[in-house]
Amino acid sequence: MLKLRGRVDVVNATRCNPSLANITRNPKLPTPLRRKTALLLKGADLAWLTPEFVGQLRMGAPFAALLFCGGETELAAVEGIARELHDVYLLPDDYAYLDEGDILRLNPAGESISSVFRKAAPNNTILLTERCNHLCLMCSQPPKSADDSWLLDEAFELVRMIPLDTENIGFSGGEPTLYGERFIELVEATKLALPHTSLDILSNGRSFKNEAFAAKLGRVKHPALQLGIPVYSDDPVRHDYVVQAQGAFDETIQGILNLKRYGVRVEIRVVVHQQTLPRLVQTCEFITRNLLFVDHVALMGLEITGFTRANLEILWADPQSYRDTLSEAIGVLRANGMNCSVYNHQLCLVNKDIEPVYRKSISDWKNEYLPQCDGCTRKSDCGGFFSTQVMFKHSEHVRPFQTPASA
Amino acid sequence: MSRFQPITFFNRHPAEEQAQYKLLPFRFTPLDDERYVATNLAGEYRLIEREPLQKLVEGKLSATDPRYVDLRARHFLTDVHSKMAADLLAIKVRTRHERLSEWTGLHMFVLTLRCEHACPYCQVSRQSEDKESFDMSREHATKALALALRSPNPAIKLEFQGGESFLNFDLMKFIVLRAKEENAKLPVPKDLAFVAATNLAVVTDEMLDFCGKHDVGISTSLDGPRELHNKNRPRPGGDSYERTIAGIQKVRQKLGRTSASALMTTTAASLPHVKEIINEYLEQEFHGIFLRPLSPYGFAMKTKFYRAYDAARWLQFYDEGLDYIIELNRQGVEFLEYYSATILAKMLTSRDPGYVDLMSPAGIGIGGVVYNYDGTVYAGDEARMLAEMGDATFKLGTVNDSFETLFTNETLLQALDESFAYSAPMCHDCAFEPWCGADPVFHWGQQKDFVGRKPDSEFCQRNMHIFKGLIRRMEEDTFVRQLFTRWANLC
Repeated sequence: MLKLRGRVDVVNATRCNPSLANITRNPKLPTPLRRKTALLLKGADLAWLTPEFVGQLRMGAPFAALLFCGGETELAAVEGIARELHDVYLLPDDYAYLDEGDILRLNPAGESISSVFRKAAPNNTILLTERCNHLCLMCSQPPKSADDSWLLDEAFELVRMIPLDTENIGFSGGEPTLYGERFIELVEATKLALPHTSLDILSNGRSFKNEAFAAKLGRVKHPALQLGIPVYSDDPVRHDYVVQAQGAFDETIQGILNLKRYGVRVEIRVVVHQQTLPRLVQTCEFITRNLLFVDHVALMGLEITGFTRANLEILWADPQSYRDTLSEAIGVLRANGMNCSVYNHQLCLVNKDIEPVYRKSISDWKNEYLPQCDGCTRKSDCGGFFSTQVMFKHSEHVRPFQTPASA
Repeated sequence: MSRFQPITFFNRHPAEEQAQYKLLPFRFTPLDDERYVATNLAGEYRLIEREPLQKLVEGKLSATDPRYVDLRARHFLTDVHSKMAADLLAIKVRTRHERLSEWTGLHMFVLTLRCEHACPYCQVSRQSEDKESFDMSREHATKALALALRSPNPAIKLEFQGGESFLNFDLMKFIVLRAKEENAKLPVPKDLAFVAATNLAVVTDEMLDFCGKHDVGISTSLDGPRELHNKNRPRPGGDSYERTIAGIQKVRQKLGRTSASALMTTTAASLPHVKEIINEYLEQEFHGIFLRPLSPYGFAMKTKFYRAYDAARWLQFYDEGLDYIIELNRQGVEFLEYYSATILAKMLTSRDPGYVDLMSPAGIGIGGVVYNYDGTVYAGDEARMLAEMGDATFKLGTVNDSFETLFTNETLLQALDESFAYSAPMCHDCAFEPWCGADPVFHWGQQKDFVGRKPDSEFCQRNMHIFKGLIRRMEEDTFVRQLFTRWANLC
């Protein structure tokens, strides 16, 4: 798992407010670009720090920050040099993945950094808030109540910094729509800043029970917007239980209806676990019968993080034990012509009939494999595990394939 | 203490008390000695045994009963936990009837009554004389076309019928070209489609080239293997089968692999041979078959062909055929039965495929309309067949009448109104009503009544049997359930 954020040593900070910075590895970056750019020197680059080079750094137009990244001894060797300079961040080599074009949040007062955009990642997700009106049993991002609207402020800035040729970005929470109007404004700003970038937003959809709110989002006419909304059961009681919020089912369903009424693409997301499995097939039947017009349905494996770890006993279900149920559920969706996918599962734990809708869906920074996967002939087709699954809980039935798919 | 509440916390019915719920409109009909088929307003069904059904209607079903959760999710009942049922039901019912607002999409042109076949079951009383008096005139065709393009439906299908439609090929050409021309002049041109019903016996390369160029689909008749087909469909030379098969191959070559469809008609001679008939369709590389009984019109009545077998015997034929087709699929051969698929679409989806005989409000006039060779306008194919037998009840007028006059014809409106199954005696209480149709022409023909006494109705008898059979088959076999779900969505 990549370390995306954490505490680091900051030397001679000249600013105290958090800020966003693009990363460059070019010390000769034209001066007009330096104000919002941090210079990254990692590993072998640190050898560049000759007195002459340091002199140039001190004399030239300053970068937003200097990022020295390396192993303990490498960092120890340049610590003295850092003291001669301003705004230096000493990054352990956990951050060696950082590269040209990435975007960091620098927090000098908090002595921390956070990677908010990685150019090499196919999907970058921007966290807009940690506040939420759900308390899902398996929440991977347990909600907090503190005002964190600075995240939203920062997102407005961030979408203008992300490269124009970025294929996809995501917004998540918490529940991003709790910002109301400001949420719509952000989608509008994103459309203007990144007109060719598809935008996936994770929301529980409840805010859109308000038809006018759904209409507003529809009127933004974002060309490639999709809302990912969870429906955990066809049984309102069970859905409300999974999200720990009374009345949530009705608001979410009403929200989906309103969004579709105003032409917004909607993906229904169902996390498969002990509490959703008893009615997984019925839930898919319900979707095909009542919500056939949604654009995509994703059946998703459990990430072993956040609340899931606390509730593991009532959530964990070995994919081996439900592989036939998963096939049946997908069978219902596919037979009804629905666009659907299975996310976050391992190839050796799903039946063959799942393969056409099987996706390698786990974000690169938290994607791993087990040691026994090394011998698997189909490893490159397999989505693997969440790092947290490898660490805390995974199926006992993972078996490497011995022959290629065709055999 | 945990921040999380157990599921019982979200169930607002105290466990020790009876659930407080309201029934939503639903109907039930016995399936067998123990079980009932219950359908909600949108045609979703659940099987339920007698005792829990009794409890359900008496308001005594317990909220912890798994059936309760099922019935709530399927909108048979509603309680304090969700108010979505009404909205979702409304969407589903609206979806099922959405084609009503589009009005008539299928416009059938009887190009001629002439035919060189002499099928004893012919439902349209073909004319053997080589007389042009049984051909449609250009003047009538032009007026009929104008009426067709007046329909508010954004998709218009022009179907050429006979007799043998290709015996008046010049007129077919005229209509296709003119339709395209006139359509292009409309402020919003319609999505035009053409199909020709033909026995393929007299079709030439030149004709098929035209069809290929202008996307005229071909619908032909194939009754089964050579011997049966030629027996059912006599023509000079006794070579109907050979000509049909050769024709199908040529159509596929010239128009594309999926451009030819075929229909079969069941005669008494067909009854012992359902497997052979299906095998013939397989051999001819069709992807399905429409197992179709004879209709009580035209020569079929005159020649007593219609009475040669009763509904029960036909159903036996159909059952045997359907089971064989299911077995084929089990062996990995994808093949479907279209009538079942039509019904399954109504059972398992919120769509209505719009099959004219299984529509309510009935499909007459608003599902399809026929412009006869002589310029008379009928409310459908069966309506004109009935007229050929001397009963012009469902004549809407002539091509000289205005669109408004034709489609507000008093008899049409009365028949639509009276036969509407949701309010028809017995149909109203029938669990199968959401899947069934009204078919006022059939009931008028048989009983001189638009509605008909359902216990005497072969239409009712036949469809009830099929509904129950489809349910039984998919309830006892997951494979069949999955197969049927696929069929429902292919239709």
